[in-house]
Amino acid sequence: MTQATYNGVLNLAAGAFLLAAVLIVWRRELRSIVALLAWQGIALAAIPLTEGIYQHDAALIVVGVVVLLLRAVALPLLLARAVGTEPGERRESTPLVNTTTSLLITAGLTILAYAVTRPIIALDPSPSTRAVPAAFAVILIAVFVMVSRRRALSQAVGFMMLDNGIAATAFLITAGVPLIVELGASLDVLFAVLVLGLLTGHMRRTFGGTDLDQLRELRG
Amino acid sequence: MSTTTGLAALATLLQVVAVVAAAPLLVGGMRQVRARLEGRAGGGIGQPWRDLRKLLRKQQITPAGTTVVFGFAPAVVAGTTLLIAAILPLIALGSPLDPAADLFGVVGLLFLGTVALTLAGLDTGTAFGGMGSSREITIAALVEPTIVLAVFALSIPGHSANLAAIVSATADHPGQLVSPGSLLAFVALAIVIIAETGRLPVDNPSTHLELTMIHEAMVLEYSGPKLALVEWASGMRLTVLLGLIANLFLPWGIAGADPSMLAILIGLVAISVKIALLAGVLATVEIFIAKLRYFRIPELLAGSFLLALLAVTASYFFATPTN
Repeated sequence: MTQATYNGVLNLAAGAFLLAAVLIVWRRELRSIVALLAWQGIALAAIPLTEGIYQHDAALIVVGVVVLLLRAVALPLLLARAVGTEPGERRESTPLVNTTTSLLITAGLTILAYAVTRPIIALDPSPSTRAVPAAFAVILIAVFVMVSRRRALSQAVGFMMLDNGIAATAFLITAGVPLIVELGASLDVLFAVLVLGLLTGHMRRTFGGTDLDQLRELRG
Repeated sequence: MSTTTGLAALATLLQVVAVVAAAPLLVGGMRQVRARLEGRAGGGIGQPWRDLRKLLRKQQITPAGTTVVFGFAPAVVAGTTLLIAAILPLIALGSPLDPAADLFGVVGLLFLGTVALTLAGLDTGTAFGGMGSSREITIAALVEPTIVLAVFALSIPGHSANLAAIVSATADHPGQLVSPGSLLAFVALAIVIIAETGRLPVDNPSTHLELTMIHEAMVLEYSGPKLALVEWASGMRLTVLLGLIANLFLPWGIAGADPSMLAILIGLVAISVKIALLAGVLATVEIFIAKLRYFRIPELLAGSFLLALLAVTASYFFATPTN
């Protein structure tokens, strides 16, 4: 793999990673949000895979394959099962902030991410650190999604996006965390999603919906 | 830019004549594609030309109380569009007007036409005209930042907002087309061009339903030759904008700054094929989508603004240092 191809693929992966986050903010259908999360997982896995192939590092390639299986296949499947089948449950109908404002806030967060990561890029300007702002922007967007959505599932998607962003930042800055740490973190996320899926199902059975705003009052 | 040769000037002239002649055919072709896909026979590709001929023969009626604004607006729209057709590198790169206007200039000319029609809609003093103008100017105000940002993103690789420089930079380095910045700028620009030319899902060009029309509401009071001019100009706007996006992102086949006769012919055929393909795709996609509710249009345009912003950040920050 030449330097130019490496740069191109890395930039494309980082761009697709950020674009998936933006589209998750844009879309309302929970099913397409989960599908976009799978695409984001593919873009995330492409980062360690590219670096592994470029640097001939077998451990990074293994990490990349694990990330691909977990974040592009397993977790979206689990989340897709948790999407309700009732008509009222399939859309994020009324987010706390309307979509137009959300998109503009996302634009602001992206600029903020570029501003705050400048010192990190200045430390070691390489193609991979140059893509760090994209990963950092995804972290900020994910936090915004978590606080502005009402449905339990879209908040779970926000959580997954946050984790994707942190993982991407780690891959881009440190050229990969040790294999065992990455596996531990991935396992953590898997369990978190399993628990979230169970809780969502339980909530739906008990209260008939997953609108978290309705659950603020104690009921006895 | 280099000095313009006689043949380059000929190419520019040919470009303007081709846009004038082909715009009604393009509109007719898109209507025909749509009709066939919906299972109707359709009026044929030449129908808009027949409509124009009919309108040009009719009597000119000016509504009572309208001023010179109403009278001149069709000429301003048509004039700015023709000027854009002369500036854009559609057939060849070396237009005589090329040094005078960059992509920002083209966007300005485009909005000059929009504003002229909007003022004409207000000038009639009718409820529909005012409503259409209000909607059109809302959309235009939302479209403009996106266009400026997308243009900015596109001019980063070529280090110039000059159209010929951008097009030749893309033709020399086709690898730049798959960069995130270029792809995002393409999507953003496609959305704003759809909004600016009043196609689905922003505006339905084939409806005269009071509640939904935008462009048609503004020109409701026009009749006869002036209506013909407005219709013609809106077809030409669609043609030049499709040609612009085609050559910004797929510049192959365009003649150089000092073209031969053969290169001009190849350029003409290439741009015709590209515009026809884009128009066919646009008409086909329009079958499958419904018009957006007016209050959700800002959402679409905010999305395209964000894409354009990401395009700028991607081209600017991911850009590998030149060493």
